[in-house]
Amino acid sequence: MTDKALSDGGAATDDGLDFSLKVESPAREAWRMFIKNGAAIVGLVILGLVVVTSLAGPLIYQVDPFDIVWAPLSPPGTEGFLLGTDYLGRDLVAGIIYGGRATLAVGAAAALITLVIGLTIGALAGYYRGWVEAVLMRITEFFQVLPPLLLAMVLVMLFSPSLTTIAIAIGVVSWTGVARLARAEFLRIRELEYVKSARAAGARHSRIIWLVILPNAAPPLIVTAALSVGVAILFEAGLSFLGLSDPNVMSWGYLIGSNRPFILDAWWAVTWPGVAIFFTVLSVSLIGDGLNDALNPKLRQR
Amino acid sequence: MQTLSGVGQRVVWGLILLLAVIVLNFSLIHMAPGDPAEVIAGEMGGATEEMMASIRATYGLDRPFHEQLLVYLGRVVQGDLGHSFFFDRPVTELIVGRIMPTIILVVTSLLLAVLVGTFLGVIAARNPNGLLSHIVTVLALFGYAAPVFWTGIMLLILFASWIPLFPVSGMYDVSSLGQGGWANFLDVLHHLVLPVVTLSTIYLAIYSRLARASMLDVLGSDYIRTARAKGLSEFLVVYKHALRNAVLPIVTFAGLQFSQLFSGAVLVETVFNWPGLGSLAFDSILRRDSPTLLGILFFSALIVIVANILTDLSYRLIDPRIKTGAQG
Repeated sequence: MTDKALSDGGAATDDGLDFSLKVESPAREAWRMFIKNGAAIVGLVILGLVVVTSLAGPLIYQVDPFDIVWAPLSPPGTEGFLLGTDYLGRDLVAGIIYGGRATLAVGAAAALITLVIGLTIGALAGYYRGWVEAVLMRITEFFQVLPPLLLAMVLVMLFSPSLTTIAIAIGVVSWTGVARLARAEFLRIRELEYVKSARAAGARHSRIIWLVILPNAAPPLIVTAALSVGVAILFEAGLSFLGLSDPNVMSWGYLIGSNRPFILDAWWAVTWPGVAIFFTVLSVSLIGDGLNDALNPKLRQR
Repeated sequence: MQTLSGVGQRVVWGLILLLAVIVLNFSLIHMAPGDPAEVIAGEMGGATEEMMASIRATYGLDRPFHEQLLVYLGRVVQGDLGHSFFFDRPVTELIVGRIMPTIILVVTSLLLAVLVGTFLGVIAARNPNGLLSHIVTVLALFGYAAPVFWTGIMLLILFASWIPLFPVSGMYDVSSLGQGGWANFLDVLHHLVLPVVTLSTIYLAIYSRLARASMLDVLGSDYIRTARAKGLSEFLVVYKHALRNAVLPIVTFAGLQFSQLFSGAVLVETVFNWPGLGSLAFDSILRRDSPTLLGILFFSALIVIVANILTDLSYRLIDPRIKTGAQG
């Protein structure tokens, strides 16, 4: 009996008293704070709807977004086309559903690239200091001088627009903020007692960077990661608005850009895709703010 | 004296950055798939093998990478950024004609965003749980989440089509071009309203939030309590003592945001057909005119570098304590 209780990890004794210390893990505590935040939950629900619609939508609503289904620029409600048609007579409901796939895929991939580049450069600069820091921060400063959208435009135009090129281009132009933040966190944490003791115990540099410092630098980086998904989605929308999108993939920005000459005749064709982008980015931003409040103990008292 | 040398260091570093931009431009042309000689041959309407070889020789395309880079550097230093195939004009000439409209748009938007944003932020900070404070929060969310080109299009539909208060596109009315300076100025101003409002929405949101946070921070400090204790009026405390210190992070941020602002300008200029660098960039994408697009990248980097140096200077003017040099 006692053996079983111990192997269950419980500390209950035979007389039924519980002497275990109720220590909540930081992640669980943050989660508890997060789900108390109404705005963050709204964000989570909106993002959930967007993801489900773009993943499952094409299975239920089987209209090709590039197919011409009705007269061009038919207003919303015409012949059962809930959102109307665009300048070529393509169904806007299909455009919104399929467009979400490209937007979410590119947004997530680009944010991941942003995070990997920014984190690596920031972590190395903040940890090693000295000439490594000098060189890496100079590179960061160089990238900050180049207008990110213009550089992304150049990259996508020179290397042909595909979802991969676009995601890489967005990642390459938007990592500087993450790098600066990661560097600041690493600079602060590397001087703390537990890092010094890890070093004294003979831990290798790579171990200290990724297993000792990184977990402690995670909270602000997680918030930044959430926000950079929003930024990446806006970037993708901007590039495809300018005509730099994969010609075989429907996207929200492309819908706005291609219908732009007809805005005075048909407000709906440019309005709906923008509403979709707005709510997607809004949801990510609400989640980011929620994470910020949940992960930043200093803000909790307010 | 120390301030001066700090500025000197900044300028030298700015020149190095500019050199790096040129090298990047050149490497991008080199790395891109496709043979430039073929592009030129295509522009001429086809060429034989011998003609291709002679094109390579004339443009130096047969020489090693570093030699080509030096030639390119030499040209850029002399102000030659290549030739635009589509517009059939030197890229530099094309760009120089487009710089002023962009600077007018960007600087006006930045000023509007900083002034109105700071003002909103200060009022919100004086009553952190009041209605205005919540409005600032909502505004900030909207400014972050709405794609700027979409905001522009919505404003166009509302205020140029449904309620025709403002012109649909461009910078001048053809009819007002002949009139004198004042009428011309008013005309540009009239065309400027919608683009500036659009471009400043993003930054208005950021600055009002930043100003609110910064003001809350400063208003809680000891010297503000002292100022209040010695009986200064609330107006003086807030707008003279607190604002001067709260404004520092805003200025720093505004300077850092300049390259971002440029990105927004590309989209806004495209929406409103504002005849600046951004709409030129859009046109050069449509025509696959890479020399022009790379030239715009170079010039905008140049403008950002100059703006950064100016920000640094204004920072020193606002806060004379800052005397550290370029390493900042």
